[in-house]
Amino acid sequence: MYIPHTKTDKEEMLKSIGVSSFEELVKQVPSKFLWPGFALPEESLDETQAAARMAQLAAGNKRPLSFLGGGAYERYTPAAVKAITSRTEFLTAYTPYQPEASQGTLQAIYEFQSTVSALYGMDCANASLYDGASSFAEAVRAAVRVTGRKKIVYCAGVNPQYMDTLRTYFAHSPEYSYVRIPMKDGVMDKAALPALLEGAACIAVQTPNFLGLIEDMSGVAETAKKAGALLVAAADPVSLGILTAPGEYGADFAVGEGQSLGLPLSYGGPYLGLFSCKKEHVRQMPGRITGMTKDKDGKRGFVLTLQAREQHIRRDKAASNICSNEALCALAATVYSALYGPEGLKELAEANSGAAAFAAERLGAIKGCSLKFKGPFFNEFVLSVPGKADALREKALARGVDIGLPLAPLFPELGETLLVCATETKTEADILRLETVVKEAI
Amino acid sequence: MICAPAIDNRLSIEKSEAGRRGLWCRNPLRAKAKVPAELRRKSPPRLPELSEFDVVRHYTRLSRLNFSVDTHFYPLGSCTMKYNPRFNEEAAALEGFTALHPLAHDTCAQGTLELIHDLSARLVELCGLDAITLQPAAGAHSEFTGLLLAKAYFEAKGETRNEIIVPDSAHGTNPATASMMGFTTVNIASKPDGRLDVEELKKHIGPKTAVLMLTMPNTLGIFESNIEAIAAAVHEAGALFYMDGANLNALIGMVKPGDFGVDLMHLNFHKTFSTPHGGGGPGAGAIVCREQLAPFLPVPLVRKEGGKYVSDFGDGRSIGKVKAFFGNTGVLIRAYAYMLAHSAAELGDIARYSIINANYVRALLKDIYPSYSKEYCMHECVLAPGADMTAKGLKTLDVAKGLLDRGFHAPTIYFPTIVHEAIMIEPTETESRATLDEFAAAMRDIHDAGVADPQTLKDAPHTMPVKRLDEVQAARQPNLHW
Amino acid sequence: MPKPEEARYTKTHEWFHPGAEASVGISDHAQHEMGDVVFVELPKVGQKLEKEKPCAVVESVKSAFDIYSPVSGEVTAVNEAVTGDPALLNQSPLENGWLFKLKPSNPAESATLMDWTAYQDFIKQAAH
Repeated sequence: MYIPHTKTDKEEMLKSIGVSSFEELVKQVPSKFLWPGFALPEESLDETQAAARMAQLAAGNKRPLSFLGGGAYERYTPAAVKAITSRTEFLTAYTPYQPEASQGTLQAIYEFQSTVSALYGMDCANASLYDGASSFAEAVRAAVRVTGRKKIVYCAGVNPQYMDTLRTYFAHSPEYSYVRIPMKDGVMDKAALPALLEGAACIAVQTPNFLGLIEDMSGVAETAKKAGALLVAAADPVSLGILTAPGEYGADFAVGEGQSLGLPLSYGGPYLGLFSCKKEHVRQMPGRITGMTKDKDGKRGFVLTLQAREQHIRRDKAASNICSNEALCALAATVYSALYGPEGLKELAEANSGAAAFAAERLGAIKGCSLKFKGPFFNEFVLSVPGKADALREKALARGVDIGLPLAPLFPELGETLLVCATETKTEADILRLETVVKEAI
Repeated sequence: MICAPAIDNRLSIEKSEAGRRGLWCRNPLRAKAKVPAELRRKSPPRLPELSEFDVVRHYTRLSRLNFSVDTHFYPLGSCTMKYNPRFNEEAAALEGFTALHPLAHDTCAQGTLELIHDLSARLVELCGLDAITLQPAAGAHSEFTGLLLAKAYFEAKGETRNEIIVPDSAHGTNPATASMMGFTTVNIASKPDGRLDVEELKKHIGPKTAVLMLTMPNTLGIFESNIEAIAAAVHEAGALFYMDGANLNALIGMVKPGDFGVDLMHLNFHKTFSTPHGGGGPGAGAIVCREQLAPFLPVPLVRKEGGKYVSDFGDGRSIGKVKAFFGNTGVLIRAYAYMLAHSAAELGDIARYSIINANYVRALLKDIYPSYSKEYCMHECVLAPGADMTAKGLKTLDVAKGLLDRGFHAPTIYFPTIVHEAIMIEPTETESRATLDEFAAAMRDIHDAGVADPQTLKDAPHTMPVKRLDEVQAARQPNLHW
Repeated sequence: MPKPEEARYTKTHEWFHPGAEASVGISDHAQHEMGDVVFVELPKVGQKLEKEKPCAVVESVKSAFDIYSPVSGEVTAVNEAVTGDPALLNQSPLENGWLFKLKPSNPAESATLMDWTAYQDFIKQAAH
């Protein structure tokens, strides 16, 4: 379909190569394996037909008014972000292995690293990982390498998918132990920390946590340090428009899901793993890193640096196997952050907090419903509902509203509850409609 | 065309003006925000303050400093820099796809689930295997997933196998993945022709071997013609045969890997299936496998049940998640759009013309850039500077930089490491004969000009926005942010 | 620190200067082959090393090299100056660029190392 060769091209090229047929070129492949039958369409679609097929599939997805969060958040993608990321000089370039011909990508990555370092208040950041879950897992792996310890202490409020991914990254090896910090009012019970942290590689926290609650991080890094453990913190980058930055409370590694920075939901990806750390751990960062340097005339330029840590050089001794990352998503997040700036991000964070607070106020007042926890939350909260939460959700879906994620499969101890999220895309009218639909569904 | 080296090489932060704004969030619900003072950050993040136009001009300018597939021939070996069809982009941008939340109820996700189901079925057939996961975010991530499957498979059988065999020509991700998972890597030296040495393999394979990881065609662009003997040796030892599918472009639609004994393999959608590389990502990967490995695949998978598509969380034997949510769905949609555009025979043409193009380049250059292998190559060829160039002290790096000055991206260089001064060229099927002729002419010009005046080539590039950069300083005193 | 002729050498291009507090570094030939050194990771004081086992890492821009301990013993000192300024390995591999000192646990082991002449022959041979 996308092959430019004419019949004449093919014949003349084969002649230049010195063969009379293509088959001579592939003699190294045992002939019995060549050209088997495939049970695949015998006709391809032309672009008009393919467009119709894709439109049909896209229309097969329903678009309720959605209050889903739980690690992926509804955001508006600004037109200027789309304009920049669709520049094909960015879109169709490869990893910047030839720095002289890739200064655009390299400088953009440097600015991305700077943006992440600034948001998280950390000393340095890498050029991105796959998503929040893999960043979280890689940060814990780094803490294990630094400390030489294999006990991982984690908050019960860490996104369960992050914990699943972490266990998978350690290949379910029995060498590692996972100690869950008990939950008190939806957040970690800090009183339990000193005893639990003994011999631990790290304490892994997420704030706002999976239940939307903001963890009080004061003193946590100090408690960890006393035990010789590191602090790994996951945080939503938009929340950092107003919330204490991980660097401010002493995190060693700070990670997050960059999808929040204006990337579409796209049913789970591509997203953007944010990864940052203190300077002393810079060599523990997995993946690619861009650095500023000079060319031989003394002019500013950018290169991939600290490459000798990576898989293509260290092979079996590399810190991680990561090769491809999420560079284009990183560019989108950088442009998004530059468009909003510090003031705009603060406004976004406040709009999230305000929308969720308003939704909590309205839903919490419905007869039979109540807020499960009293503590401060960011853009989502846990709502106790009468009856089965998943049945309620399905009833509400029939009315065109996705009222939130039933939590019972993940947190049975919370009873019949929904995780309800409202971002800056929600208006007062949207939330009033949510309220009406929940009332009707009950 | 790359813009003339601009005087303005400031960072976005250096263009910042206090009080300037690009976008606002004016949602009145902001007034209801409830975050106690003690939980608020002490100082605002140091981000640039710019107008929207500032931002657009800044990044548009940066984009023009890049070479890309759309602007330049980009023959990076092992990277499959083929044309990225615009239709794929448009399809993936349909709001019905982009707005779908990953935790959406299955009844709201029927379109995407159907797409994943259909794409899965087509890919399984293409590989001649039985089952698939589309969860991995990239090739290396797929390798990781594949080895986890192998581990779970052997554990379920009650066997302890902790060695992974990898030939020395393998991509670095193979041994890196093996070690990340606690496997011991056993390296096997290749034969002089670049192929796996079956006798060596037989010496090293045994009851401890879990998996042989083999790239096909290998990184020298050569097919393992003794593939049947290799597969037999692997299976005799009770091990699994993993095919690194990074180079599948050479084989797609022409052979079924399952036919020659592959037990599991990965796909790179950002290579064979034409999704764009985006300056390093996002990509997407898949593991395609035989039935006996299927119970261990990451969840969820998509199943069709009574005319509806449902997420299937398996029977508890799954290895778990390798990534949050489903996978890089946005990339899978592009790959599906690409599959729609190809019949079975047209998929075979991808392999056919990628092989013709690589051999054509090899033939045009063989007198001045000798080929490592004496036989025809598959989708890529590995060359090196000839004796007359090395006599003048010219190296592969100089050839690479000379190409940039002539408007071509450089091939992959110094890989595979087993070839001295390697120049690895993968033209892909989407490049025309005219482009390949121009490329060969540029390579010839580099040779002639370099032999006549080595210093000028050693100083290349001369026309790029920057000259050769001080990578030593960058690594010794890392400057990683503003 | 030794004169090049006084040190003993390994096949992996480390030099070893025997004594009660023996010192270890990389040869001038090795630093040439590596190119500009950008990073050095040293063992910890008190760490017990085994002969011919990796104990340090030296990185150039695009390569990483394991350093193998020439003999077994316990590390008594490390050269902090090279971690701060890795260029010392290029400028002065036998003097300011020493890597660590150790107390050999089996002094007999050093007998298996090459002397200067043997090492010169070894390099010449390896070049062919």
